[in-house]
Amino acid sequence: MQRIGVFVCWCGSNIAGTVDVEAVAAALRNEPGVVFSTTYQYMCSQAGQDTIRAAIAEHNLTGVVVASCSPRMHEATFRKTVAAAGLNPYMVEIANIREQCSWIHKDMATGTEKAIILGKAAVAKVNLNAPLTPGESPVTKRALVIGGGIAGIQTALDIADAGFPVDIVETKPTIGGKMAQLDKTFPTLDCAACILTPKMVDAAQHENIRIISYAEVTEVKGFVGNFDVTIKKKARFVKEDICTGCGLCTEKCPQKNVPNEFNLGMDNRRAIYIPFAQAVPKVATIDPNYCTKLKTGKCGVCAKVCTAGAIDYEAKDEYIYEKYGAIVAATGFNPISLEKFDEFAYNSSKDVITSLEFERLTNAAGPTAGKLLRPSDGEHPHTIVFVQCVGSRCDACSEKGKEYCSKICCMYTAKHAMLTRDKYPDTEVYVFYIDVRTPGKNFDEFYRRAVEEYGVKYVKGMVGKVSPVGNKLKVQASDLIANKQMVIDADLVVLAAAIEPDKSARPLATMLTASMDTNDFFTEAHPKLRPVESPTAGVFLSGACQGPKDIPETVAQAGAAASKVIGLLVKDKLKGNPCVAQSDELMCNGCSSCERVCPYGAITYIEKEFRMEDKSTRVRRVASVNPAVCQGCGACTVACPSGAMDLNGFKNSQIMAEVDAICK
Amino acid sequence: MNNKNELRREQILRMSGVNPRKCMKCGKCTATCPSFDEMEYHPHEFVYMVESGEIEPLIRSESLYKCLTCFACVEKCPRSVEPAKLIEAVRNVVIREKGGARLPVDAIPAQLDDDMPQQLLMAALRKYSK
Amino acid sequence: MQVNEYRPLIVAFCCNWCSYAGADLAGSNRLAYSADVKIIRVPCSCRVNPMFILRAFQRGADGVIICGCHPGDCHYTSGNYYARRRMTALFSMLDYLGIERERTRLEWVSAAEGAKFAATMNDFAEKVAALGENKRLEDLRCKR
Repeated sequence: MQRIGVFVCWCGSNIAGTVDVEAVAAALRNEPGVVFSTTYQYMCSQAGQDTIRAAIAEHNLTGVVVASCSPRMHEATFRKTVAAAGLNPYMVEIANIREQCSWIHKDMATGTEKAIILGKAAVAKVNLNAPLTPGESPVTKRALVIGGGIAGIQTALDIADAGFPVDIVETKPTIGGKMAQLDKTFPTLDCAACILTPKMVDAAQHENIRIISYAEVTEVKGFVGNFDVTIKKKARFVKEDICTGCGLCTEKCPQKNVPNEFNLGMDNRRAIYIPFAQAVPKVATIDPNYCTKLKTGKCGVCAKVCTAGAIDYEAKDEYIYEKYGAIVAATGFNPISLEKFDEFAYNSSKDVITSLEFERLTNAAGPTAGKLLRPSDGEHPHTIVFVQCVGSRCDACSEKGKEYCSKICCMYTAKHAMLTRDKYPDTEVYVFYIDVRTPGKNFDEFYRRAVEEYGVKYVKGMVGKVSPVGNKLKVQASDLIANKQMVIDADLVVLAAAIEPDKSARPLATMLTASMDTNDFFTEAHPKLRPVESPTAGVFLSGACQGPKDIPETVAQAGAAASKVIGLLVKDKLKGNPCVAQSDELMCNGCSSCERVCPYGAITYIEKEFRMEDKSTRVRRVASVNPAVCQGCGACTVACPSGAMDLNGFKNSQIMAEVDAICK
Repeated sequence: MNNKNELRREQILRMSGVNPRKCMKCGKCTATCPSFDEMEYHPHEFVYMVESGEIEPLIRSESLYKCLTCFACVEKCPRSVEPAKLIEAVRNVVIREKGGARLPVDAIPAQLDDDMPQQLLMAALRKYSK
Repeated sequence: MQVNEYRPLIVAFCCNWCSYAGADLAGSNRLAYSADVKIIRVPCSCRVNPMFILRAFQRGADGVIICGCHPGDCHYTSGNYYARRRMTALFSMLDYLGIERERTRLEWVSAAEGAKFAATMNDFAEKVAALGENKRLEDLRCKR
């Protein structure tokens, strides 16, 4: 039996004004388990807390009920108070007689009556309270960043600067991501490579950063602070530590007809290649799908020309096993496939291109060395039509487009249109838009400049059909403001394709037990207040894998994710919330219901040996809750058909006791 | 008057199964419409007029009968608004209000022109069999 | 006020992160709502076992209301969706048993909706009061 002390607070006149505190204290004195009750003017004051401590010592209390303001206000205070008196902090319950009673009921009798009932419920609950101790788990002081685009690089740099080792895992042979493919960046028009490559070099040279390129995460086990990760490093057939990146092999390789994915297939590369001049790590990679030596065993030119002797045709995939305290997902985005958009003739004409292809066409390191030329015949285009919202904001059929707004298209289209008019004033540039969305610092000014200074023709309407006629593209569109249909003979059509999360995100989310939305973007722990954390503890989100984002936003989020990671890694031990689910193994029937409803993946099933009454042993499958991962929502407790699952601090019996006390 | 309009609007929406509120006014329907030049009101305007309850001018307009029911607008609409179905429903409302214009399904083949495109045939079937 | 006037007994389960905070806000703004409502704090609406509701009715409660975060805002991501499914199932079963649908309710109240909390509680208390005493599910053996 508990020995409970009840402390009723006056809160000056806030409570005492409409609740007869003495009557409450007197009524609760007769409740089972209560051995002491008193009132005080301000229970949360130093003197009030001293009263509680003294009473605990004097009356040998095992439980405390404080009838005062909301537990959201002072529960933590009173927990500390009783802890100082040697009582377990979780032996305190608060009866909320201010917000729920004195402040809303004007009538003394009503207020007092309700306060007594609330007090009784709290007493009933404390009677069933048990001391709880938060679990502790150690923290591995190393972070993993998955994805080496600007988001991953920035996150890694920020974590590394704080003194923690970071690994970046990148699937491509080089880090840099989408930003490395861009030409200029809005709204200030700095060259993307000029601001990105120094960061790539910083990352490569940072003593705390290890770049694992041409690799992917294949398995994640463990939980916050203690992840065990398997990374598969694909064979690149070139020894990374020996290759000097001179590039001789990439010039001599006889296999010249490999579509260059860095230029989106608009030109060719060799079978041995360095994606671009500023690649990090700057080492060559052999593409096993095209290398003659690897496919037929005959060739070996690269090995002959390599003075460093870095070529290794016998290389195999390697596996790296590492422990991490925190994982950051920075898997980024891709433009959607436009194969299904027949109306824009993307499949039938080379001169209908995506905006990312346009970036490469205008990039000095691109297939045309920065000259804007039509992919079909290499002619200079005179009339260019930009189409926005291709596949964005489209709910007609989900396999075709995306329902969301891709956010970045309005701005990059304005940038493309402006740069085209700037470099080639003889071109006519049309932009077809549904809405121009420019919320961002200096964004609208930028768009207006494209219209007002550069004479880009923005047309409110949509392109309905693009048909190749001769060497021209017949663009049929609507101008909704003039209420007319337009037909434009264009030389080049640029489609602002919707963006979607990288395909690697979904399997990664499964490995991390991180939740995703229907569009395969990672879900954040709270849409407003915890935007860079995944609901899964220890997993953080950076960049466009969480939602469409431009570069400034990505960098801001990357920094925020890094600070959250640092906040986790500086801790030596993680103290959990002790109000977590707990399974009674003897009652558990191994049905997996709880495992399925857990939003955090905190429940796993283990095979456990049980000693039976007849001294024989039996192996049974039972649920096991990882207290470091459980957040204490209680979804599993209701799902459990055998009643084995319970939630510490809010046990079934405790809530039932409260119900009974209220309904008495 | 208002009541009558509201009734017509409801009828149109029910018959067509179209939700004009889904329209985000992009104009792709109008961009793709082959009868654009013949029309006084264009597909996107149809949708807007039904949504805002301006049924009367729509019903009086010749544009109704310029629609080929080619369904290009339905095919292209990114929000699955289906303007062609809406236009057809408006036609039906006109026909119903006139009364007596119903044709039994069996009577249609006799009136068919061999040169009539298949889609027109289907449209006629839909139009007169309701 | 008459002494013997019938007053319903209402149990409200409020999730800690949204609805309980909403109730606190109603209190801080001094928005009066029926004193017949007694709040029990739970971490999440998905912690509310249908057994708790049946227990409340068994012990003589006249109405039970469950309040959680708005869909999509759950502190635990998806808890309120579980609550919604479970309560839908329970409410239809109660319906089948002949318990008036108005005696139970599931409501989304955010931490910012103090006024909505008060209005909801008043409305619910009024509806329950109109139904009168819960006689069908009350277990007379529990009556003292």
